[in-house]
Amino acid sequence: MLAKRIIPCLDIKDGQTVKGTNFVNLREAGDPVELGKMYSEQGADELVYLDITASHEGRKTFTDLVRRIAAEINIPFTVGGGIGELADVDRLLNAGADKVSVNSAAIRNPQLVNDIAKHFGSQVCVVAIDARQTPQGWKCYLNGGRLETDRYLMDWAKEVNDRGAGEILFTSMDHDGVKNGYANAALAELSESLTIPVIASGGAGKKEHFRDAFLEGKADAALAASVFHFGEIPIPELKAYLRSEGINIR
Amino acid sequence: MQVAIIKYNAGNLFSVDYALRRLGVEPVITSDKELLLKADKIIFPGVGEAETTMNHLRANGLDLFIKDLKQPVLGICLGMQLMCRHSEEGDTDCLGIFDTDVCRFLPKKHEDKVPHMGWNTIGQTCSPLFRGFGKEEFVYFVHSYYVPVNVHTAAVTDYILPFSAALHKDNFYATQFHPEKSGKVGERILSNFLNL
Repeated sequence: MLAKRIIPCLDIKDGQTVKGTNFVNLREAGDPVELGKMYSEQGADELVYLDITASHEGRKTFTDLVRRIAAEINIPFTVGGGIGELADVDRLLNAGADKVSVNSAAIRNPQLVNDIAKHFGSQVCVVAIDARQTPQGWKCYLNGGRLETDRYLMDWAKEVNDRGAGEILFTSMDHDGVKNGYANAALAELSESLTIPVIASGGAGKKEHFRDAFLEGKADAALAASVFHFGEIPIPELKAYLRSEGINIR
Repeated sequence: MQVAIIKYNAGNLFSVDYALRRLGVEPVITSDKELLLKADKIIFPGVGEAETTMNHLRANGLDLFIKDLKQPVLGICLGMQLMCRHSEEGDTDCLGIFDTDVCRFLPKKHEDKVPHMGWNTIGQTCSPLFRGFGKEEFVYFVHSYYVPVNVHTAAVTDYILPFSAALHKDNFYATQFHPEKSGKVGERILSNFLNL
């Protein structure tokens, strides 16, 4: 049976791992390659590296880092952040990334999703969606949550599904950094209305939150950062717990 | 030992290259037939689309060449599918090394998402690739098309239906999953291939 995936996410700035709480106040958390290797050995199923440096210089540093990660790590990894056009995707896949995650660029130019799927295959294309609950419903945000768009979560997710995305990485900005559980109701709605896998993101604080994301949120994978980086939830312990709860885990 | 990776228009030849380097092997990535013929082991990786890739192989005379190879050959993912007779992807005639066809996954219920993406177990293993495997092991898959269970099946995985996770016939070996991305289990499979 296909296993539910546990995915540590590493935010990268100037070649170092950082983690924001509610997208601000970055704290350092170590060398990205070493951390990735450690997670892989502990049983992480995939890794996500998000480049939060915006500068041209930073982008080059990140590409070099992707090359080092690909050389050293024997599980799949996704890279994202600052991907604006097809050439960026080509550059990162050529550096050895397995998948790319697009966010703002896809909202600004939805055709990018079709183009990535056509050129490199759907399996390469993860669409990341940052959303927050508003009185009108779940709305999508850009620029790390600073800019509200006129897009709604469910409509946008269905659109990119149809455009050829391979996975959705849904971050609830209301839940991110709060450590009070994932946005399970929205996750379940996504999972039930899409034909592609959904990765839950934002809100992990306890082992039970992962269980709930899988059982209530029907997520295919759960992503977290700080609970892993600061050793609050060791991955082997988390996986043993999820197994004991009857969830299929590698 | 000389290991060659067949170079063609497929993406991500690097992952296989890196994985072999982690095992202490320095492969050559080439489409040069002389270099390929000299290699002790050949890997035919693949991420991409069947029709485009077969057209590329034919245009470069690699189709018949691969079929005639005598040393151990390992096809990975699309590489495995192209070693079959025909693929539903683009209604493509393939190399015909394995006497079986490639079909598209048809979901039976909503949870059956396509592509089949992530870690799944392989069982009923019967190939030297899986030497030392005592129980079902998890490996990493990403694919939307599958090879049904057939006389060449060397490992079985269940997703929507039981399908061929690996094939073996004479000097031709193939895996639907990505050993280069399957952690320590994948490394054991690649080592087994290198030690054939």
